[in-house]
Amino acid sequence: MRGARVARLFPDPASANGRNGDGDGDRVNDFAFKVGTVNGTGSASANSLLLQSIFRMGIPVTGKNVFPSNIQGLPTWYEIRVSRDGWTARTPDFDLIVAMNPATHERDIAEVRSGGWLLHDSSWPLDASLLRDDVTFIGIPLGRMCVEAFSGGRERTLMKNIAYAGALAALIDLDLDVVKDAIRAEFAKKPKSIDSNFLALHLGYDYAKANFACPLPIRLERMDATRGHVLMDGNTAAALGCVYAGATVGAWYPITPATSLMDAFGRFCARYRVDAGTGERRYCIVQAEDELAAAGVVIGAGWAGARAFTPTAGPGISLMGEFIGLAYYTEIPAVFFDVQRTGPSTGMPTRTQQGDLLSIAYASHGDTKHVALFPADPAECFRFAVQAFDLAERFQTPVFVVSDLDIGMNDWMIPRLEWNDAWRPDRGEVLTAGQLQAMQRFSRYLDVDGDGVAARSLPGVDPKGAYFTRGSGHDSHAAYTEDADAYREIVDRLKVKLETAARAVPPPEIREREGAEMAIVALGGCNGAVLEAAARLAIDGIPLDYMRIRGFPFDVAVGEFLRAHDRVFVVEQNRDGQLRSLLQLETGIAGDRLISIRDYGGVPLSARAVMDGVTAQLAEVPA
Amino acid sequence: MTSIAKPPVRHPALHPNALGLTRRDYEGAMSTLCAGCGHDSVTAAIVQACHELDVVPHRVAKLSGIGCSSKTTAYFLRQAHGFNSVHGRMPAVATGVSAANRELAIIGVSGDGDSLSIGLGQLCHAIRRNVRMLYVLENNGVYGLTKGQFSASADVGSKAKRGEQNRQKPIDPVLLALTLGATFVARSFSGDKAQLVPILKAAMRHEGFALVDVISPCVTFNDHEGSTKSYASTRERQHEVAPVDFVPITHEIRASYAPGEALTVPMHDGSLVRFRKLAEDYDPTDRDAAYATVKRVHEQGEVATGLLYLEEDAADMHALNHTIAAPLYDLPFETLCPGSAALEELMRELE
Repeated sequence: MRGARVARLFPDPASANGRNGDGDGDRVNDFAFKVGTVNGTGSASANSLLLQSIFRMGIPVTGKNVFPSNIQGLPTWYEIRVSRDGWTARTPDFDLIVAMNPATHERDIAEVRSGGWLLHDSSWPLDASLLRDDVTFIGIPLGRMCVEAFSGGRERTLMKNIAYAGALAALIDLDLDVVKDAIRAEFAKKPKSIDSNFLALHLGYDYAKANFACPLPIRLERMDATRGHVLMDGNTAAALGCVYAGATVGAWYPITPATSLMDAFGRFCARYRVDAGTGERRYCIVQAEDELAAAGVVIGAGWAGARAFTPTAGPGISLMGEFIGLAYYTEIPAVFFDVQRTGPSTGMPTRTQQGDLLSIAYASHGDTKHVALFPADPAECFRFAVQAFDLAERFQTPVFVVSDLDIGMNDWMIPRLEWNDAWRPDRGEVLTAGQLQAMQRFSRYLDVDGDGVAARSLPGVDPKGAYFTRGSGHDSHAAYTEDADAYREIVDRLKVKLETAARAVPPPEIREREGAEMAIVALGGCNGAVLEAAARLAIDGIPLDYMRIRGFPFDVAVGEFLRAHDRVFVVEQNRDGQLRSLLQLETGIAGDRLISIRDYGGVPLSARAVMDGVTAQLAEVPA
Repeated sequence: MTSIAKPPVRHPALHPNALGLTRRDYEGAMSTLCAGCGHDSVTAAIVQACHELDVVPHRVAKLSGIGCSSKTTAYFLRQAHGFNSVHGRMPAVATGVSAANRELAIIGVSGDGDSLSIGLGQLCHAIRRNVRMLYVLENNGVYGLTKGQFSASADVGSKAKRGEQNRQKPIDPVLLALTLGATFVARSFSGDKAQLVPILKAAMRHEGFALVDVISPCVTFNDHEGSTKSYASTRERQHEVAPVDFVPITHEIRASYAPGEALTVPMHDGSLVRFRKLAEDYDPTDRDAAYATVKRVHEQGEVATGLLYLEEDAADMHALNHTIAAPLYDLPFETLCPGSAALEELMRELE
């Protein structure tokens, strides 16, 4: 098999249950908590402060923002998982919940695990009906203290967030100096803000220390497991990949959750691509009137020889359909980032899903098929963004980098990104003026070496390279045709081209486990949960081989892996099992071998969902 | 003009231009439009304009959408790259081409269906971005390729071939463009090459988005009594507000325009556009007046033609973006990739 076998980033959990490793019952560096607030009140910076401070204590940590499609006033949550074993998946088991939003008190209190803790603002009494016997309630008068300490509604609201961060620091033993350093770095240019933040931090911290037994049994201890890593979101990483790949034209229409990709591209370009003397930009960003236009700009720029891309989400892909087909048939390089969100239709714009797999694989009318890359984390968003431009130019076709809201917008702990200065872009077969002059006749769509790819010419280079690009029927000389044979010649070659591309996309990542007869298959953002689930299932006596698909059209190794296992669990985040369907369609594997495990409610996948899915299926179908 | 194949022999009357190219060198494939189509006259005017301007053919990108009008990009400048894109979306593709290679001269050809219905938004936003290009709108009030439906520019009361009357108000691209802040707005008639060619030449020299609306009758579906965009109707109703003569800088000295008869407007490249004013008070740099004139002439039952509005100092897309002068597609990779040291620095900031 050609699949890449890779070493595990983190070892399996040390103990059988992966938790409660300490003799005294403390859960050191292995717990999850969640903060429930109202959006638009400034809690995001407090939550980010918590995440960064834990990370800087050397402890593996993941943050998931579960937010509404709204600017101000609706419930929003931030989930932080601390995992000394390095598991990155979301967990639905919360040891502690900070319930700052009265509108969600009932739900938040219900979600705390039995034996857990609930931190609330005791400035106002909690409804007695909400109390639970199996949960410890920690009331801290955050609102009242901030009203007394600060003036002005805005500062009082903002500082309440920093105050709960301070209280948490005391409760879970977060190093206050680390938090303060982070605040100093954040407000380096606003010394006044530093003072306010420190004051608020201590309001919560000191009150908790004085009134509760700190720390709780869920607590932090310095580790050295984040060295060489950074916290980064996938959209930022993808944007950085575009910059490093040499993309110069970006066109887009704002859409959640892809917007921050172009925001980041703009920021990086402002930093790296503006001439210090003249202010001239070595890039052009076009905020288009809609996604159709964004696709058109990218295709126009690709046709003229620039590396061009557009970030979008499912609704944008739907609108771009006609242009995607044009680029496929006229063979123009174009890179599309689909940061998937929950569909169909407007769906849940701020929730995650893998619902666009089928629509991307065969986007647009007629016989089409597209190259797609499936990054599993921000590190791959960076690498695959770079690779996408190479593939697009090499194969002269649209290439999709398919991530999702969880990867795109949440901060992930990833190994530091690295760059090889010897790397040069693969611009594909582009004829120079000299090469064109030396040719007897230039035929735009004539494949001479059998890989399905024909050399192209760029406008303005040489009169001999001139040809007429058309989405209508054309022959190998780019001339209009309605002739059956000439038409078939072109579309059959496109098929060969996509078959060649299947050998160039990233191969599947295969992890074999001793004694495994069954397997699990997933792609993209499911990876963290599947890795964790597979490790825990192995401990429970269910060893599974694991294949993570990273590219489409599928590498031959994908079909081989499937055929080598009698039963394969296909884990994905959509209702209809789109990956499973795609595997059946493309590899011809019998459907009864592929057992679907689907989780599509819009929140990032958890290992528990995968494990429950596998064990339920095994209980139903006797081996 | 190109309905019949021509012999490769050079006619002695074919004068070479400054590049040594004859008009024949600016022609394209044989037209497959109906004989007598106004669009073929527009094609001929584009050929003449490019020839007279000494345009380097392969330094032009010619783009179009879908429809009869959009087929015409194949019929001129065979040495230029052409792109027949999707219906109504040529402006976006042109924007991308301009973004990637600002040195290309861009000629976009569209029609009233392509521009005013399916592509109305695209036209509007290309105007807003002020993409540097010639945008020819071949306007016949009818969908030709799908056989005779009214387009959004059909006048109220105009009759389709089968007799039904249009009752919906038309979209006038010229008024629209003026409202949107277009920096070059002109209208002409496909049958009036004496006016059209200088307008096209001026438009190609304009450093911004140049809209040229050309009334271009459809001989098959809209050239009959009752149609307001037929040859007869247009000839009868054409009202030339501002005869235009375009004088490239290299031919600047000409004595045919007596002072007081013409208003001379210099273009950015130093060449000159001259307006002969029918009305003494017509000022092509006054947007409100242009709008009022077009409306007033329309209310008289006539079509205002000529270079109706010109704004010279507006920043085009690249000026607004502060894009580097060299074309982006060809920038050395070393000037685009920040390299490993910058990435290391960035990673340190994130640790």
